[in-house]
Amino acid sequence: MQTPAPFEYERATSIDGAIASLREHGSEARLIAGGHSLLPMMKLRLANPEYLIDINDLGELDYIRVEAGELRIGALTRHVDLLQSELLHRHYPVFRDAEEVIADPVVRNRGTIGGSLCQADAAEDLSAVCTAAKATVVIRNVEGDRVVGMDEFHVGPFMTAVGDGEMLTEVRLPLRPGGGSAHEKVERRAGDFAIAAASTAVWIDGGVMADAGIALAAVGPTTVHVARAEELLRGRAPTDELIEQAGAIASEDCMPIPDGRGPVDYKRHLAGVLTKRALRRSTARALHTEA
Amino acid sequence: MSAIEERPIGFGRLKRKEDPRFIRGKGTYLDDIRLPGMLHGAILRSPFAHARIVSIDTSRALAHPKVAAVVTAKDLETLGLAWMPTISYDTQAVLAGDKVRFQGQEVAFVIATDEYAARDALPLIDVEYEPLPAVVNARKALDPDAPLIRDDKEGQVDNLASPTWEAGDEEATDRAFAEADTVVERDIIYPRCHPAPLETCGMIADFNPDTGQLDIYNGNQAPHAHRTVYAHVAGLAEHMIRIRCNDIGGGFGNKVPVYPGYVCAIAGSIVAGRPIKWIEDRSENLMSTGFARDYVMKAQMCAKDGRITGLRVDVIADHGAFDSTAQPTKFPAGFFHICCGSYDLQASHVRVKAVYTNKAPGGVAYRCSFRITEAVYLVERMVKALAMEMGVDEVELRMRSFIGPEQFPYETTTGWTYDSGNYAETMRVAMDIAGYEDLRREQAEKRARGELMGIGVSFFTEGVGAGPRKHMDILGLAMNDGADLGVHPSGKAVVSISCQSQGQGHETSFAQIVAEELGIPPEDVEVRHGDTDRSPYGLGTYGSRSTPVSGAAVAVVSRKVRDKARLIAAAMLEASPDDLAWEKGRWYVKGDPEKGAMIEEIAARAYSGEALPVDMEGGLDAQVIYDPPNLTYPYGAYIAVVDIDPDTGHVTVRRFIAVDDCGVRINPMIVDGQIHGGLAEGVGIALMEVLTFDEEGNCLNSSFMDYLIPTALECPDFELGETVTPCPHHPLGAKGVGESPNVGSPPAIVNAVIDALHETHGVDHIDMPCTPARVWRAMQGRAEPPQ
Amino acid sequence: MQVTITINGEPVSRDVEPRQLLVHFIRDTAGLTGTHWGCDTSNCGACVVLMDGKPIKSCTILAAMCEGHEIRTVESLEVDGRLDPLQLGFHEKHALHCGFCTPGMLMTTRALLDENPDPSEQEIRTAISGAICRCTGYKNIVAAVRWAAEHEEVPR
Repeated sequence: MQTPAPFEYERATSIDGAIASLREHGSEARLIAGGHSLLPMMKLRLANPEYLIDINDLGELDYIRVEAGELRIGALTRHVDLLQSELLHRHYPVFRDAEEVIADPVVRNRGTIGGSLCQADAAEDLSAVCTAAKATVVIRNVEGDRVVGMDEFHVGPFMTAVGDGEMLTEVRLPLRPGGGSAHEKVERRAGDFAIAAASTAVWIDGGVMADAGIALAAVGPTTVHVARAEELLRGRAPTDELIEQAGAIASEDCMPIPDGRGPVDYKRHLAGVLTKRALRRSTARALHTEA
Repeated sequence: MSAIEERPIGFGRLKRKEDPRFIRGKGTYLDDIRLPGMLHGAILRSPFAHARIVSIDTSRALAHPKVAAVVTAKDLETLGLAWMPTISYDTQAVLAGDKVRFQGQEVAFVIATDEYAARDALPLIDVEYEPLPAVVNARKALDPDAPLIRDDKEGQVDNLASPTWEAGDEEATDRAFAEADTVVERDIIYPRCHPAPLETCGMIADFNPDTGQLDIYNGNQAPHAHRTVYAHVAGLAEHMIRIRCNDIGGGFGNKVPVYPGYVCAIAGSIVAGRPIKWIEDRSENLMSTGFARDYVMKAQMCAKDGRITGLRVDVIADHGAFDSTAQPTKFPAGFFHICCGSYDLQASHVRVKAVYTNKAPGGVAYRCSFRITEAVYLVERMVKALAMEMGVDEVELRMRSFIGPEQFPYETTTGWTYDSGNYAETMRVAMDIAGYEDLRREQAEKRARGELMGIGVSFFTEGVGAGPRKHMDILGLAMNDGADLGVHPSGKAVVSISCQSQGQGHETSFAQIVAEELGIPPEDVEVRHGDTDRSPYGLGTYGSRSTPVSGAAVAVVSRKVRDKARLIAAAMLEASPDDLAWEKGRWYVKGDPEKGAMIEEIAARAYSGEALPVDMEGGLDAQVIYDPPNLTYPYGAYIAVVDIDPDTGHVTVRRFIAVDDCGVRINPMIVDGQIHGGLAEGVGIALMEVLTFDEEGNCLNSSFMDYLIPTALECPDFELGETVTPCPHHPLGAKGVGESPNVGSPPAIVNAVIDALHETHGVDHIDMPCTPARVWRAMQGRAEPPQ
Repeated sequence: MQVTITINGEPVSRDVEPRQLLVHFIRDTAGLTGTHWGCDTSNCGACVVLMDGKPIKSCTILAAMCEGHEIRTVESLEVDGRLDPLQLGFHEKHALHCGFCTPGMLMTTRALLDENPDPSEQEIRTAISGAICRCTGYKNIVAAVRWAAEHEEVPR
């Protein structure tokens, strides 16, 4: 079996302690939480940090709760808890949809939302989920916290707005009435990364969509935020025809590359199909008409 | 559940004797073994598919405090071990000296104090390469401007690995096609895939310089044959080499070849005088060990008056950079020419040529029965193609074209003699279990609603249990297996067998054979295997040969013991041997059944000081080397039901019905288990397993993230049935079954996918794997081969 | 660094490199070779053990990260000579061939039954979808878990 290169290890006992360590050791230091993105890369020697800061003891970052009119999720919350949370499912069923198809049940016991988002793999489902849900994230550094939207959070492939000496601590979801959301994914086999996936969220008020969120995984260098389709939907009633158009925009606006999972034309097609499916389910959920 | 229940003496559903250690986690697999003073090896592998080696500098690695040695080709040359013979009479570099010829090829062997350090040392070896253009596409390997891969071979001027091999009758086939009323043609590829057993390959080599004894621990499907090879290669006497396999975490043909890592471990141990453990990681396993298939086939099939009459096939076989396919010597294309199938053809003609490419060596593996997976895939795909062209149901076409039961023994157009069968009956059983008519109705209803459902069929006859010494050898070794049976004074027994389990349950089923023949309960029969010092010479387990060959050997040796027991019983009972009759476990006097002797009593007598028949030696044991008179011919009818998402192309195998005729079933539970496992592999091959390469020869599926193996969510709840047509020449009437499910399932699934898409989308061909993207493309009319 | 992990109820201590993976700590340091490994990318599940009652892939966690946690391996299933119903079920239903994936499957399904004592076939298949078996085709593994669910005598 492949094994990592040598490094030093420290267990963080506080968030600020972890941040201080990050600052002290600079770019050669990495945080490790679930470790299911980082450790495989280290075993293949694609990542060779010299200093690992284990933040798994920071229980204060493991929560899903309502606070200040938002649904707030601690960065250390595990996939399995996101999957099982009734609170989360009630407000944002898109999370359970996604968690059911993220990795496998055993990996989900360890992986965290913070780790997934910070890995910023374009094929990663939760990044699309959070973008569609209009999430904001809290980034802490030695000076304090700042809140960042998902567009600003996604800087580039495997790159986020979390800089050196900084740590993602929380994901915040708006709580607004009339919401419905869904995630649709096609993969070559259970547990695989998406060939393409679509997350959508709608908020319906008085028969029209007050707001919409549409994001795609695995069809761009980062999560694709289909803002143009959102604009189309905003303020209008969710008709089949409109959803078709939104799907077409998703197809056009994504930037897939050909690889082992599929060629460009198929991925574009899938982006459209899955966007439509997710929108239909989101709408049905918002209107409480889902079968 | 069979009629013989709970504790059968002999055949029946007996829970496995080997389970107790495995369910406790007490199996002894290769990496579980630690020996005092053991060092760890790791292999530096080529990043390039084709490159000259300009220089290798090992000084930085040698300077690592935990590194004991670094071995390169130069070092092996002094031992005469830089190249080794392959099973197909080619040579393969143990460590690359002049050139590397596939990505992942072995370049250097590091020996260190622990596995982490060995891994650390690899990047410290500096190799300078001069990349060369690579041959990746087998169809282009023989182009005039293709780079020469095997410039190490004298007289090699191109990339032909094995000249064209032919079977059948070209002229008769041309005639059949000329007379036909329907002809179909297809380019059909069986893509490169990999057996990928869950335990990777490895070896511990432990040479004792004081005694000259070489102890090897190695998961190995053919330990005696390997011992012979090592004796030859290392210049040691065979009796000074002991190979112990212990428990093997799956083989599926992956653990048949001799790998460079093995030779390096042996050489390292001989030089260092200490045990060396080498065990590969998963990417090494996928990139460098024996892959399977990779057959590019062009085929035509014809029909006349509603029956299949002719088949013509041309194959380019991609053997990789070295020819290390494993099959009997006279059959360089293995048994591919059984692609004449289960049909009463007028004529057929087969041509196979093999080429070298800049990829890992291999080709014969993964439950292929020596290329029968390729053959059956080909013929069963063509039957479906022909049925579509003729506008008839594919089952109907088969029923009309089957070899009839009255035609056996049947000589096929490519020289096989199938000994027995009732194909139509087996096909009907499958259709009954499937509810075939109901499925067709459901399909029509769904189609009307725009839902895509497909029903696919395959029927196979395969030839396994290689093989008769007059026809077959591997590396000049007869494919015969031995069985040594010893009955102790207590009446308990030990049977030592040649074949080598990697999970097939031999410790149980072979005990059951002795139990069936001699009446000694299976729990009192110890089955010994996996130790060349304690088992008779034989050619091992692959090609479904364990039951046909070793199983026959065990039956025959048991009968030999029973015959001797009869003579001893006669003396004990003061009767003539001719007056004795046998009921399981006991010889008794025909006219006086109360008067008898149990096998335990006979055994005790055999070892006692009491009188034995004149000229008879004491003891109650026997030895046999079994030479099978023929192959055996298991067959089966498989039906797959798939649902395809019309918008995404995602295929779900909803149901899979498998009816196998493998003759008499020694342990139906184990037989069913083998079938389940092989069907799962078929699901994998049909839907997701493939090894692909880019233009430079980089392997794109070198981890389990991209070489996808089905999970419990992709496999349906398999539905099995059986028919039993005993093999006429096998002592037990058994045929072997291990590979049948992998042979028969991929064409059934692919035929089902085509069946789902033919009427609505005009799809009449698709190559595996049927991933969502590939299926969708086919639906758009843009199907492409995988490479 | 000195690492102490409670494995099957017993503390095991050793001075190891921070990079030592839990699977190696279990196999080499604790000498419990029932836990296996079969890949490099956390896909195969041969290495699954329980950490604080939940299945984890021991190849994808450092030994150091497990200090302060309870690890249970396949060797813990048999207690005082009594096999776990799952072990009995695997034997009863022929849910193993080569046995290599078996410890991972047993630990995964032990955790499943602890949380869900009466799982459906689909729930079982989902629970074991993080573990690969190359031999059995999964059908008998599902049957074995159902058998165990129906034959659990003593709550754990």
